[in-house]
Amino acid sequence: MFKSFIAGILLGVALGVAALYYVPAVDQVREQSMIEVKPNGGNTESFHINVPIDRIMVGAPNQQVALPLGLEWPSNNLFAGIRAELFKIRNAKDIVVGVASRVAASGGERGDIIEWVLHLPARGSVYLTMQPEAVIGGYRVGELRAGTREFSLLQGQVTERWIVDTAASDDATAGRIELKTEFVGRLEDQ
Amino acid sequence: MMKYVISLIIGMLVGIAALVLMLYFNPLTSQNKLSPLSVTDNDVITLHYSAVAQDSLIYTNDGESQVDPHPIKVLQLWEPAIRLTRAMATVLLDSRGQTAGIGIKFSSDSESSNILDGAAIVDSVWHIYLPGRGSLFIGQSENYWSYLRKVVIPAYRSSGDNWRGTWYGNITSGPGALGTARVVGGSGDFSGIDTEAVEALSAKAYSVELGPVAIDGELLIEIPRRGEPDNAATEESIGSLRIDPPDEPSYSL
Repeated sequence: MFKSFIAGILLGVALGVAALYYVPAVDQVREQSMIEVKPNGGNTESFHINVPIDRIMVGAPNQQVALPLGLEWPSNNLFAGIRAELFKIRNAKDIVVGVASRVAASGGERGDIIEWVLHLPARGSVYLTMQPEAVIGGYRVGELRAGTREFSLLQGQVTERWIVDTAASDDATAGRIELKTEFVGRLEDQ
Repeated sequence: MMKYVISLIIGMLVGIAALVLMLYFNPLTSQNKLSPLSVTDNDVITLHYSAVAQDSLIYTNDGESQVDPHPIKVLQLWEPAIRLTRAMATVLLDSRGQTAGIGIKFSSDSESSNILDGAAIVDSVWHIYLPGRGSLFIGQSENYWSYLRKVVIPAYRSSGDNWRGTWYGNITSGPGALGTARVVGGSGDFSGIDTEAVEALSAKAYSVELGPVAIDGELLIEIPRRGEPDNAATEESIGSLRIDPPDEPSYSL
C-alpha cells in the first residue's frame, strides 16, 4: 500500500507537469487574417472602424458630450491641442480583431502629428505615423515605424481614409475609417 | 485491491499539491527588482501613473473580469478576439509629479504564459504623447508571476480578502535580452530614437473584490544621446510599396 502511495505521488507530479505543459494557460482567439499577397512578397491588409459604434473614447478639450459618458478629460492647458481616440478595429469580414488608438496633436513649431497604434492580441501591434496633410484623393499616407511579434520584422506604408456611409437604412453608421496596410519584410531579414 | 487504489489516489493528490507548492515557492522564478536601466549613462525619463482603474481616464475590459471598467458606460471588449485584452488611457506624471502627457496602454494575455517557468506573460504596448516633447511607442512582454505570488495570492489567502503591504518589482520581461521593452520614437524630441524602457509596479493594497486598490506604475525610458548608435539604427528607408489613390471624399476626422 505504501508503494502505491509513493507511485501515486510520482504519478500526480507527472500528470500535473504534463497538464501544465500541454494545456495552454492562454488561448487567444485568432480570426483568419485577410491578407492579399503582392508580387514583391509584401502583403496588403485592410482594417476598418465603424463610426460611431466602434468608438471607445474620444478625448479632446471642450467636448459637448463626453465619450464615454463620465469621461473627465483633463482641463490642463497641456492637453489643449490633443485629440486621443480609442477604437475597436475590424477586418475585411467586419469582425472585431483588435483595438486601436489614434492620437492627433497640433505641435506648434514642431508641426502636427497623427499616429496610430493597432493592437491585434493574437498577432502583435503596429505603430504608424501619418503625414498630417491629406493627399489628393482624400486619404492620408503613413509609415510603419515599429511593430511587435509578427509585425516586428516588417516595414511599409499605410493609408487612412474616411468613407461616408451612404446607406439609407436606419441602422446605418455615420461612416467608417479605413486603414489599409502594405507591409513587406525588411531586406536584411530576407 | 480497493485499499491500493485509494492509496494511489491519495498519493496523486499529495503529488499535485506538492507540485503546486513547488511552483509557488520556487526561488528560481523570483523577480529582479533592480532595473537594467539603473546603470545606464544615458538620460532616463521617468513617468508615473496610477494602475488603479478608477484613477484612469478610461479603463475597459471584457466587463466580466475582476476589475470593473471605468467609467461605467465605457464600451466593453467582449468580442472573442479581444476578450483577453484591456485598454487604458491615463494621465502620465513626470518625476516631480507634474502632468507630463497622456499614455494609452493595450495589454493582452499572452499565449507564451507558462506556469512551469513562472511566466504569467502579458503582451502590452504603450502609445505615449508628451506635449512639447513628442511621442513614443513602447512594446513589451510583462511577467506578472511575482506580482501574482506576492500580492494577489496572499490577498486570496487573507481572511479579509485583501492584501496590504509594500511590493515593488519590474514587470517588463522582454523583448530585450536584459528584460527591457523596445521603445521607438515617433515625433518631436523623440523622433527616430530606438531605445529601451522598463515598467515597474509599486503595490500597497489589493482587494479580492475590487482588484488593485493602491498601485502605482512607473515607466523608465532611456533616452540615448544624439549621434549614438541607437539612433543610427532607426534611420531606415521605407520600402517602395504603393497604394493607388482612391477617389473618395476628403478625410474629415
